[in-house]
Amino acid sequence: METFKADVAIIGAGGAGLRAAIALAQADSKIRIALISKVYPMRSHTCAAEGGAAGVVKPDDSYEQHFHDTVGGGDWLCDQDAVEYFIHEAPKELTQLEHWGCPWNREPDGSVAVRPFGGMKIQRTWFAADKSGFHILHTLFQTTLQYPNIQRFDEYYATDLLVDDGRCQGLTAIEMKTGQMRRFQARAVIIAGGGAGRIFPFNTNGAIKTGDGMALAYRAGVPLKDMEFVQFHPTGLPNTGTLLTEACRSEGGVLLNKDNYRFLQDYGMGPETPLGKPELKTMELGPRDRVSQSIWHEIQKGRAVKTTWGDCVWLDMRHLGEKKINERLPFVRDICISYLGIDPVAEMVPIRPVAHYMMGGIHTDLNAATSIPGLFAAGECACVSINGANRLGSNSLVEILVFGHRAGLSALEYVRDQKPGNDAALASQGEAAQAKLRALFMRDVGKESIAGLRKEMTDTMGEGVGIYRTAHGLTETCNKLADLRRRYADVALHDKTNVYNTDLLSALELGSMLDCAEAVAVSGLERKESRGAHQRLDFTARDDNKYLKHSMAYYSQTERPRIEYRDVVITTSPPGVRDYSGAKK
Amino acid sequence: MSDNRLGARQVELEVLRYNPDRDETPSYQRYSVPCKNEWCMLDALNYLKDHIDPTLAYRWSCHMQVCGSCGMMINGEPKLACKAMVRDYEGVIRLEPLAHFPIERDLVSVADDFMDKLKRVKPYLIPAKPKTLEEGEYKQTPAQMQRYRRFSMCINCMLCYAACPEYGLTKSKFIGPAAITLAHRYNLDSRDGGRDERQEEIATNEGVWECTFVGACSDVCPKHVDPASALQQVKVASTVDWYLEHFMSWNKK
Repeated sequence: METFKADVAIIGAGGAGLRAAIALAQADSKIRIALISKVYPMRSHTCAAEGGAAGVVKPDDSYEQHFHDTVGGGDWLCDQDAVEYFIHEAPKELTQLEHWGCPWNREPDGSVAVRPFGGMKIQRTWFAADKSGFHILHTLFQTTLQYPNIQRFDEYYATDLLVDDGRCQGLTAIEMKTGQMRRFQARAVIIAGGGAGRIFPFNTNGAIKTGDGMALAYRAGVPLKDMEFVQFHPTGLPNTGTLLTEACRSEGGVLLNKDNYRFLQDYGMGPETPLGKPELKTMELGPRDRVSQSIWHEIQKGRAVKTTWGDCVWLDMRHLGEKKINERLPFVRDICISYLGIDPVAEMVPIRPVAHYMMGGIHTDLNAATSIPGLFAAGECACVSINGANRLGSNSLVEILVFGHRAGLSALEYVRDQKPGNDAALASQGEAAQAKLRALFMRDVGKESIAGLRKEMTDTMGEGVGIYRTAHGLTETCNKLADLRRRYADVALHDKTNVYNTDLLSALELGSMLDCAEAVAVSGLERKESRGAHQRLDFTARDDNKYLKHSMAYYSQTERPRIEYRDVVITTSPPGVRDYSGAKK
Repeated sequence: MSDNRLGARQVELEVLRYNPDRDETPSYQRYSVPCKNEWCMLDALNYLKDHIDPTLAYRWSCHMQVCGSCGMMINGEPKLACKAMVRDYEGVIRLEPLAHFPIERDLVSVADDFMDKLKRVKPYLIPAKPKTLEEGEYKQTPAQMQRYRRFSMCINCMLCYAACPEYGLTKSKFIGPAAITLAHRYNLDSRDGGRDERQEEIATNEGVWECTFVGACSDVCPKHVDPASALQQVKVASTVDWYLEHFMSWNKK
């Protein structure tokens, strides 16, 4: 098997992976970096983020405010030491991106402009129209091109981590172009593989968001933390699930039920604010969990707008006018016209909540380190616990920068003390990974279809692990997923070609998704309280006595995951009441 | 919803198939796919892959016209499969990988040449005056940003290369629309001082002077980046450079 040696291997070349690579390359021009991704870096899902990135920069803002918005927004499940670090690093990272050429929107005097965002008390969201993630991704990718010590391996799918002598020392990956297995021997590995939104039937995520990075770490023994916390974004297009950024509302768009009533005022987010004059941290600028839950209630009460694609509410942006929509939300306008045939300048847009983001992920400490020495993780695949039970919009684009950077530096520090690995032991692990893959590839009989199993998985996730959950629904989903994991062993591959075999890739991705989905459902079943994005109809209150804790899901090959709990780090903000009413402000 | 988006019909797709493990030359395979009128071509392909033929290979991810993965020829025109709507086509629809690139397999093109070209033009900020983070951001007025903003919208989907006759004729020697546009984007950026370095690559016979201003690149660009205008601007600016250098020698750096 062809083997590449590197000092640090990075799995995933989206925002977090690229930021880690640059941090390493800048810190040490001698260090060899292997940047491995199943897609070309520009295709990574960072490109789909629209709204912006939060960082304290304006004189009326403060770190304390960003801290409190984030911790309260996360329903006190954030680790406050991580949040503290995060908010202080945020403006530096955003300025750094500016120095690398990111076209942030500007004020007339040439300074960086900010926009309001949901759950944030002060305007602090840096933005590049409604293509912020796209510009961040391309700026980072283009910046990496100047560093000769970043060697890219585009379209390589990582299959297994190599762990020997108690430390992570590399990985195996399939080169898509040839179908050949390659071994990467590295003194440290950073996973930056993104989220797993594709486990849901209706989601904003690209096809590639299949939780591969999470599954790699999970199977190697690292716990997945707080997986039950899945963000449902309030405003998805009802047919395709395509994201309409929160900036639609922060620029002044409003949500209406079938009677053209701004219903958010009935759910603790009132009183109603004047049309076109959004006020921070209330009404349409409430946090995503609360807004999505309110839509769910409106639907239950029969006040939804009936559409071919199910029950929706209206997003009304007409009063913003064509000029502002073109300047601030041009992409949103394009998308609405393309997929729905509706021009938001002239018509209201039907929307419904859509699975968007995983708050949970690979458990890491503040240094982006996992429980396996030499293995680091950052970005959506990781859970360093800055998002808690509900992420605020525009914190994740900063998280990939802050903790991508941190992961790079932590890995660098780590590899300096590492002795070379045992080549023979790593080679034999590589052979084992290859044998496993070959068995899947060569299997002739298989009763189960990839698309069929995937459909059953997403269906059961939609039914049992949606915005509101019950013991009954979660139990059914857990049972179903256990069954699907068993049946997965009998999956059929039809494509026996080496070159660019997407049938094989889909089978492997399905395996990742099933493992992640089970961690989500079982963690959800065990958490008998309602907090942030995890809402139980049978346990409607937050229970700080029992559950002011992180869920830690440990992998088992044949059983459902074992769930343990870990204390939340509270430094200065004891759990309090989340208040998004405009009244007392 | 006046355009009958909710209707459905059987769509005939004629898809280029090529498996380098087995095939000497590409061939076409016919599929009949039940499509909804609101679908884009990518939805049709995903249906095909899930329900009819799991061996078909193509790239896709975001399904929202921003990741740039799903570029292909649809009835001979370079398009994003997620942007081309099924309802806009009649009869048999022919799907092929992007023109002018080698075929890796089926609808998947080999992108190596494009990736090399991107790197060659140094598409990153080479600061005119380096600044520390403590000094804060560079000031850039909205008007200054407007000069390059359009050219920063490129999603690297490679449709412009598939449309560009010069790229095809020169057997891909031409650096091509997207890469030159990206270089120009940084040249126009008020924070940048790297123009001289980039001009060595793009103001050459493999760079802008290969362009015959057919303008096909701008016609097919799904993001309205208008590479043709970027290339014309580069030509004008390099002509000025040449005159300055040859007739105004006192002006040399």
